[in-house]
Amino acid sequence: MSESIRKIRVLVAKPGLDGHDRGAKVIAAAFRDAGFEVIYTGLHQTPEMIVSAAVQEDVDVVAMSVLSGAHLTLFPRVKALLDDAGADHVLLTGGGIISEDDMAALDEQGIGKLFGPGTPTTAAIDYIREWFSTHEAV
Amino acid sequence: MSTIEKNVPGTRELADLVREQEEELAHLRARLAEWERTYDATPQRDALFSTSSGAEVRPLYTELDREGSDPGNDLSLPGEFPFTRGPYPTMYRTRLWTMRQFAGFATAEETNERYKYLLAHGQTGLSVAFDFPTLMGYDADHARSLGEVGVCGVAISSLDDMERLFVGIPLDQVSVSMTINGPAIILFCFYVAAAERQGISAEVLRGTVQNDILKEYQAQHAWVFPPEPALRCIIDMFEWCSENTPNYNPISISGYHIREAGSTAVQELAFTLRNGFEYVERGIARGLDVDSFAPRLSFFFDIHNDFFEEIAKLRAARRIWARRMRDVYGAKKPESWRLRTHAQTAGVSLTAQQAENNIVRVAYQAMAAALGGTQSLHTNSMDETLALPTEKAVRIALRTQQVLAFESGVTNTIDPLAGSYYVESLTDLLEREALDMFDEIDALGGVVPAIEQGWFQGEIAASAMRQQREIESGGRVVVGVNHFMEGSEKIEIDRLKIDESVERLQVARMAELRASRDSARVDQTLAALRHASSGAQNLVPAILDCARASCTLYEIRHAMEEVFGSYKEPVFF
Repeated sequence: MSESIRKIRVLVAKPGLDGHDRGAKVIAAAFRDAGFEVIYTGLHQTPEMIVSAAVQEDVDVVAMSVLSGAHLTLFPRVKALLDDAGADHVLLTGGGIISEDDMAALDEQGIGKLFGPGTPTTAAIDYIREWFSTHEAV
Repeated sequence: MSTIEKNVPGTRELADLVREQEEELAHLRARLAEWERTYDATPQRDALFSTSSGAEVRPLYTELDREGSDPGNDLSLPGEFPFTRGPYPTMYRTRLWTMRQFAGFATAEETNERYKYLLAHGQTGLSVAFDFPTLMGYDADHARSLGEVGVCGVAISSLDDMERLFVGIPLDQVSVSMTINGPAIILFCFYVAAAERQGISAEVLRGTVQNDILKEYQAQHAWVFPPEPALRCIIDMFEWCSENTPNYNPISISGYHIREAGSTAVQELAFTLRNGFEYVERGIARGLDVDSFAPRLSFFFDIHNDFFEEIAKLRAARRIWARRMRDVYGAKKPESWRLRTHAQTAGVSLTAQQAENNIVRVAYQAMAAALGGTQSLHTNSMDETLALPTEKAVRIALRTQQVLAFESGVTNTIDPLAGSYYVESLTDLLEREALDMFDEIDALGGVVPAIEQGWFQGEIAASAMRQQREIESGGRVVVGVNHFMEGSEKIEIDRLKIDESVERLQVARMAELRASRDSARVDQTLAALRHASSGAQNLVPAILDCARASCTLYEIRHAMEEVFGSYKEPVFF
């Protein structure tokens, strides 16, 4: 078994018009503390801007923070654009004010796990590590 | 010196009094030392004994902690300088706080229904929540609005929408607060023009527009223009409102969003007041008489979990504001010294886990707001971490205020915690720490340079991270989240969902509006606005003309942006 020495590269992204970035910044800092390489997009990003940054930075993971209720529009849009750009190997995950029903609906569309309010940062870190270890092996 | 002393004692009697007092204090000191020995010999709970800002809280406060205090100067009486005990002499004995629930979703019609529901249930003022496109100055049919129309608030893209929002609600009788910042001057003009259509003149309008751009750069991030032109718009509104809407607050200087973004209570207090003084300085620099606009400056604070710290925060805020307004900025009217505030319970303290517990959190926070002497209050609904609140959840939140106001008895006497050794010590501490932070901000060159250096943003993010670590380590207890988690798995709350049809309807309406209006008048008023923007004249009349000509929100924003440019944030985490 080969132990991965490459750092996991994560794009933390804040799509849409919502400026509430407390969660995005906390998770970005927690990812960095966990040893990930983190790129933060800043605010008010369109799906196109996010995907372009993901491709340019050659990331493994895109983690989006959506508190605005627009998650049913934004996650599928970013997923489709990633696929179009030949980046379907990238894990699209995220968190925010997202109901369990909506999480299930997005899961069916091939979006990774989403995390609701009150989730410890370690849950997202463990999830990404686990995903990375299984996908690196392939 | 006490202001209610009746008999003035002679020198000898005074000397006797002082000696007596000293003896009493010495006696107290001795007994306290004994008590401390007992305390030290007794095991204590393994808990965090500190305020939310990280200040140590001692097990006991006594008269000794008030040595050297000056109640005559620091406390005075309610309605008197420095207003520590309340901005008005009679406070809740005359008038309770305004019960004002923030609400807005979907279309203007649906929000209008919610307003009528709230008024019918005893709410005494309205508060408009706009959707993200409106907050950022985009029309419902703009490409950037996709998926966000009417989702987090009500979509208002034109005067017609604003008119629909208040159908059947007489704007000369209800005070309306609007949470809008980046494009505040535009929405304000829609509001004034909507009142005109109701046949109501601007001078009788009561209410508030948030219009606090500094905290947007620092915390909430709903900006449009760069700081300098944005500040110009705000001072234009101070000037125009002082002449045309004497009962309207052209700004609500807000700590709420700073706190929600992660700051401590001390940072919230210091940043908010320092922002307030920045606006005052800008008004004075414009050549306005400070007493012409300062009486209409209003505030908005967050009320979080630490009960006594929050009460002390409001008391300290009033004292700092009064002293500096009089002594630094030379305001002469008592109304300019008097800090009036809205308060809202802390959204960020609510938990998705065991959401019904939020009713209890909100109730304690609301009580702190009342004991701190707020002028109006929004109590959060228990389901707000999950979605927009349902009618039932909003009603419980409003009833929480009514139980507090009419059953708890805390409204019977004014500033009931005055003289409490702990609350007074905490009030003094918060004041000192806020003044220290003012120095820090000044050392960075002032508010705008500190924003440009990302200083506020970094301080707030660091505090947020510290709190997250405390919660994840279990050091800071959050019931239902990191302790007492049985029953946290299932969420059994009804949720309000916004249908996609809202966006389609709003987009269709925009097309109708664009087709039916006088396009020559649109072009002409927008050209006049561009011209005014590149000059130095007050922008309110030009924007009002655009509103009346059915120019849309984005058209007006865009005309100004062509002259002002847009804001680019410094990105970091």
